[in-house]
Amino acid sequence: MTDSTVRTAERLEMLAVETSEGAQELQRRAETGTDELGREVGAVLRLPGLTLDPQSVDFDRRDDETMIINMGPSHPSTHGVLRLMLELDGEYVLRTKPVIGYLHTGMEKTGEALSYIQGATNVTRMDYLSPVINELGYSMAVEKLLDIEVPERATWIRMMMSELNRISSHLVWMATNGMDLGASSMMIYGLRERELILAFFEKTAGLRMNLNYVRPGGVAADLPDGWRDDVLVICDTIYARTFEYDELLTGQPIFRGRMVGVAPLAAEEALALGVTGPLLRSTGVAWDLRRSMPYLAYDQVEFDVIVGTYGDNFDRYAIRLNEIRESIRIVRQCIEMMPAGDYRSQDPKVTPPPRARIGESMEALIHHFKLFTEGFHVPQGEVYSAVESPRGELGCYLVSDGGPKPYRIHVRAPSFVNLQAISLLMRGGSMSDTITVISTIDPIMGEVDR
Amino acid sequence: MIPLPPTAPPGVIAVDGLATDVMCFPTRDQYYALVKSFKDDGFEMCVDVCGVDYLEHPERELPEGVVATRFEVVTNLLSLFKRQRVRIRVQAGDDAPEVDSLFTLYPGTEALERETFDMFGVLFTNHPDLTRILMPEEWEGHPLRKDYGIGKVPVQFKESPGPR
Repeated sequence: MTDSTVRTAERLEMLAVETSEGAQELQRRAETGTDELGREVGAVLRLPGLTLDPQSVDFDRRDDETMIINMGPSHPSTHGVLRLMLELDGEYVLRTKPVIGYLHTGMEKTGEALSYIQGATNVTRMDYLSPVINELGYSMAVEKLLDIEVPERATWIRMMMSELNRISSHLVWMATNGMDLGASSMMIYGLRERELILAFFEKTAGLRMNLNYVRPGGVAADLPDGWRDDVLVICDTIYARTFEYDELLTGQPIFRGRMVGVAPLAAEEALALGVTGPLLRSTGVAWDLRRSMPYLAYDQVEFDVIVGTYGDNFDRYAIRLNEIRESIRIVRQCIEMMPAGDYRSQDPKVTPPPRARIGESMEALIHHFKLFTEGFHVPQGEVYSAVESPRGELGCYLVSDGGPKPYRIHVRAPSFVNLQAISLLMRGGSMSDTITVISTIDPIMGEVDR
Repeated sequence: MIPLPPTAPPGVIAVDGLATDVMCFPTRDQYYALVKSFKDDGFEMCVDVCGVDYLEHPERELPEGVVATRFEVVTNLLSLFKRQRVRIRVQAGDDAPEVDSLFTLYPGTEALERETFDMFGVLFTNHPDLTRILMPEEWEGHPLRKDYGIGKVPVQFKESPGPR
């Protein structure tokens, strides 16, 4: 017996200690309570007759007939560091429990140490595929507390940028979903088209991702010269190519086989779980905050809310594909209706003065100094503002104590809530369906863990 | 200002907040019954549950009759039919904060309540699986508490693995 074998045995034990998440993991049936067991098998509604009743779950199944396996946290199809624990009966999934927190960086705590101007740089890193919409939800909450009006042009710029961002986010979803199903050409096409939008973001805000473009009071910079042509080219190109994706995927037999009728969700279950976004709309509930509780100028543009019927994987795919087209429709209207004027509020207490004014005006110098050292003070109060992100309702609950930093900033992340549907969607499915289910729920781990 | 649902427990204080927000201030005993009455009244979805630690503001402004405590649990309900939101703010206690879990009414609050427990140490009675969700299992303390001491304690790593 050499030293190395002994060391290996020790290391195996150590490995279990190092990686164990204790009670956060999926436990044996004997150690799990009735309610929790019901949740893990996907019994959501407590009403008899509608769906699986937690009391009628097959409790008496013995542990040695089933197997608990671990999937993730680093698995190519988990889109980040999502860890799933599955109880399998042969190839079929009985119970599922997501174990999360591997990307937790305490962004809500960080937000309490940043001033309101700096706050946008923090929230933009949560859902890294839709930075503009994160900033928008945060900025709208701050503006509600400040009670300031945003100029009309800023509103329309915000709307156009968030729709472009929605397109790019859905394109990444199309790409990764194609990848998960083995259609790796879709991966190339999706990221290729997204690059068009990111290039425009770079031209406008200076950065491709994590833009810090939408800020309390307006946006960071006006649109660049020639933006109309750029955006029109983006719209034309991507609109034409959505039909190519359609041709590539929609009728494809393997794709349909893995999507149609797989992992259906009922409207009642979706509402009970609090899921929003394409996941909720796929069940037939026409709930889109852009239409139902309009913010920005969404009540002045024409677009359709896409809904599904069966709530299965295919509906979720079809909704996202068609939402790209609807977003293009909105962007085209933004190009036509873009008003002239200021791109940020002219309130000197919120907006820093232009660089040229600092040299000639004492007052501008003072405002500039105060804004970037201390930041502006926000009146005491608390507010919840919600916007429709590509994944659902993105809410921001902000508590201010009258100081220059938020007392508490809480982000209601749509992916975090939507992820709870995973146990329900996987119940009874085969092991290979888990890949498509994770993919169509579309969790962004940066947002789940924040 | 929306009227409280007819089955709401008596004595719940409701006020208008900023913009179109409506806020209710139940006591810990009224909390579950109030949410249930809102659910029966057509609020289909529980959008959000989060906690706030008011350690630095014990004397904050609250409607008359509400006894301020250190911890507050904030629940956001949404009615799709009425297109109305309502925010329920329950004073959860000072030293051992504890409120009823909404799991039996809205199963979707499971993860949100676990997060609130993880970050603030607020206990949720009758929650099926009250474990940490974002922090590692053996983590000490609740990070979003105001007395957590950011930067004052060394980052806790798991037991160091030794030579590999």
